[in-house]
Amino acid sequence: MDVEPQLATSWSVSSDGLVWTFKLRKGVKFHDGTPFNAHAVKVSFDRVIDKSHPFHQYGTWRYPALGLGPVKEVKVIDEYTVALRTEKPYAPLVANLALWLCPILSPAAIEKYKGDIGRNPVGTGPFKFVKWIKDDQIIVERNEDYWGQKPHLDRIILKAIPEVSARFMALQTGAIDIADDLDPDSIQMAKNNPNFKVIEQPSVNVGYLAINTKKPILSNKLVRQAIAHAIDKQTIIKTIFRGLAISAVNPFPPSIWGYNFKIKDYEYNVQKAKALLAQAGYPNGFSTELWAMPVSRAYMPEPVKTAELIQGYLAAVGINAKIVRHEWGAYLDKTAKGEHDLCMLGWLGGNADPDNFLYGLLHSDNSKPPAANVAFWQNPEFDRLVKEAQELFGKEKRAPLYLKAQEIFHEEVPWVPLAHSTIVRICNKKLHEVPLRPNGLNSFQMVWKEK
Amino acid sequence: MISFISRRLFHLIFILIGVSILVFLMLRLIPGDPAHLLVGEFASPQDVARIREKLGLNESYPYQYLIYLKHLLSGDMGISIRSNLPVSQEIWDRFLATVELSVAAIFLSSLIGIIAGVVSSVRKYSIFDYTSMVMALAGISMPIFWLGLMLIYLFSVLLGLLPMMGRFTMGIDYQPITGLVILDSLLRGHLPLLADSLKHLILPAFTLATIPMAIIARMTRSSMLDVMSKNYIRTARAKGLSSRRVIFQHALKNAFLPIVTVIGLNFGLLLGGAVLTETIFSWPGLGRYVVDSLLARDYPAVQGCILFFAVIMVIVNLIVDLLYFYLDPRLRIDDKG
Repeated sequence: MDVEPQLATSWSVSSDGLVWTFKLRKGVKFHDGTPFNAHAVKVSFDRVIDKSHPFHQYGTWRYPALGLGPVKEVKVIDEYTVALRTEKPYAPLVANLALWLCPILSPAAIEKYKGDIGRNPVGTGPFKFVKWIKDDQIIVERNEDYWGQKPHLDRIILKAIPEVSARFMALQTGAIDIADDLDPDSIQMAKNNPNFKVIEQPSVNVGYLAINTKKPILSNKLVRQAIAHAIDKQTIIKTIFRGLAISAVNPFPPSIWGYNFKIKDYEYNVQKAKALLAQAGYPNGFSTELWAMPVSRAYMPEPVKTAELIQGYLAAVGINAKIVRHEWGAYLDKTAKGEHDLCMLGWLGGNADPDNFLYGLLHSDNSKPPAANVAFWQNPEFDRLVKEAQELFGKEKRAPLYLKAQEIFHEEVPWVPLAHSTIVRICNKKLHEVPLRPNGLNSFQMVWKEK
Repeated sequence: MISFISRRLFHLIFILIGVSILVFLMLRLIPGDPAHLLVGEFASPQDVARIREKLGLNESYPYQYLIYLKHLLSGDMGISIRSNLPVSQEIWDRFLATVELSVAAIFLSSLIGIIAGVVSSVRKYSIFDYTSMVMALAGISMPIFWLGLMLIYLFSVLLGLLPMMGRFTMGIDYQPITGLVILDSLLRGHLPLLADSLKHLILPAFTLATIPMAIIARMTRSSMLDVMSKNYIRTARAKGLSSRRVIFQHALKNAFLPIVTVIGLNFGLLLGGAVLTETIFSWPGLGRYVVDSLLARDYPAVQGCILFFAVIMVIVNLIVDLLYFYLDPRLRIDDKG
């Protein structure tokens, strides 16, 4: 996976790695007719990163901190050139810009709608926003002035159908052409129905069991390795994901560059797990808590059942795990504070950059409560590799560091990575060129429908 | 009667204060940090802290409540945490969708329920009586979720007769005036939209009407049986009045008090939104909104909704009481005395 040019036609980074210069596409217009230029890019960035910007107050900006944090300044060089200065060399930046962290919006619309810009988006994309009826539908129509290949569809209606069985029935009646987030039973029925196409694609997510390395028994590496040997991931994938996932070995999925294919997963082996526990000094096992997520996610569709399975596997090697449940807000809060022993969580790394997983979830910078590194794992060598990779430019230079970091992760087992789920969409067979993006975002630019 | 109404409206103030305190405390006693819920599992700790600050969650409870009350008195229910929109506007938009569905459901259930109840009571222990009362029992016990999905499967998927989701066909030309689609289509003379929205109402309204319909039928039957054994009915019959006149003018009118109570109560409940029906039929109503807000711990939205329900219940009850005045002349005399 790689980042492709759209509104920026090319980019380069200064020799000290601090200034990114972007050449912008000429002749592009926003949906309201405002010309797209360096000024528009600056306004769109400034309102997100500059706390004193007059339009900053209108957003909660929950995601930008993830990937735009190091960006300190945006400078207009000329009409079609813009420069971004970061406080330290930050290689993942281009991948992060491909996310939805900072969409380039019409400056006139930002001015006009202020806090309501989110409900009246004015961008440059292939489809124009028409109408949004809350909890019901969003309508977009073809942008006749789109700079790239014009879309085939005249109009798209995005309809909210909260009930999953009703969603599948809506497909069956022909009321809708495409649906996602369907249950495995519906997917199976759709596969047997010649009127539907089932599109599957690996996602860039991971569901994992984090082991709190700050807890006395769990701080022992042998115990963590024993837990990894005790869990039968294949059965979890077969029964919980109904086969719509691949078993996870590393913290991020193999579709992302820098994945270490040489690492062999801990095999499911009760004897080995018991032997490791005995070696660690717990021949009769021990008692612990297993925290189960209260909500289901693509990376963890049935968290409680998964927890029950894992509880069974742990019991087989003598570890007595009590399942603990909290309401979602409390769950996130308490795991971030490190109150758990074992907890289940997951991550969607939309920018397809290893840094997003390794730095965000496993670096010691993020292990102080409230922490995103819920294993509270601190490994100086791993930290060094990941930090160094952030400041190197070019995948070929960064990848070797990530390969090594994954080896350390594998040896130390701060998590047992469980699964990378598969994204499934079902569509009417008359629909063609339906793309799936691994981060779950949709692009309907090329889609066309048979009469 | 005016003194009666003003007395009731005066009570409303105390009910609202009580409800607001209760809701305020209840939401805060449930474990879990709304700031964390709001930003989700992908947020940084700094974000969580910033949101807490922004929402005023770091203040003491009494202070938070006083601020809330102060805003409420100026008609401001606060800003929804999730959508950044005024809660009052969020509630109102969805309430209109709920009103449409509730009115249709209560109309359907009253019409069928009363007719079934009257016929059952008149033909006591007949086949019709047994059948309709067994059906009423089934109706009360019916899982709405299952019924709704089965209706969709039968009428939309298999037969293709009725639409299964939303208030009107996706993408149809609809320019709101009041926000009530049926009323708006009449006001604009947009007949295709009227037909379309009525068709969209049939399945959800019927699903939602099942339980009230069954309750109303059973209540009508028992109330009618009670009245039919009264002396004045015997007198009326002895005077030689037609049995139709006896049933509709003498019996039904007197049997109506408990029926009106049941209808009013159910209508009030329906106006609070019907989570299951709205979810199955993708109806953008208040019930779904409350549940979603509750799950997201959207404090201002949940507080707003519950206060709103309290007001609706009080108003519906007031209307029911006023209907009593109309139905029962004895109450009018008492009020004067």
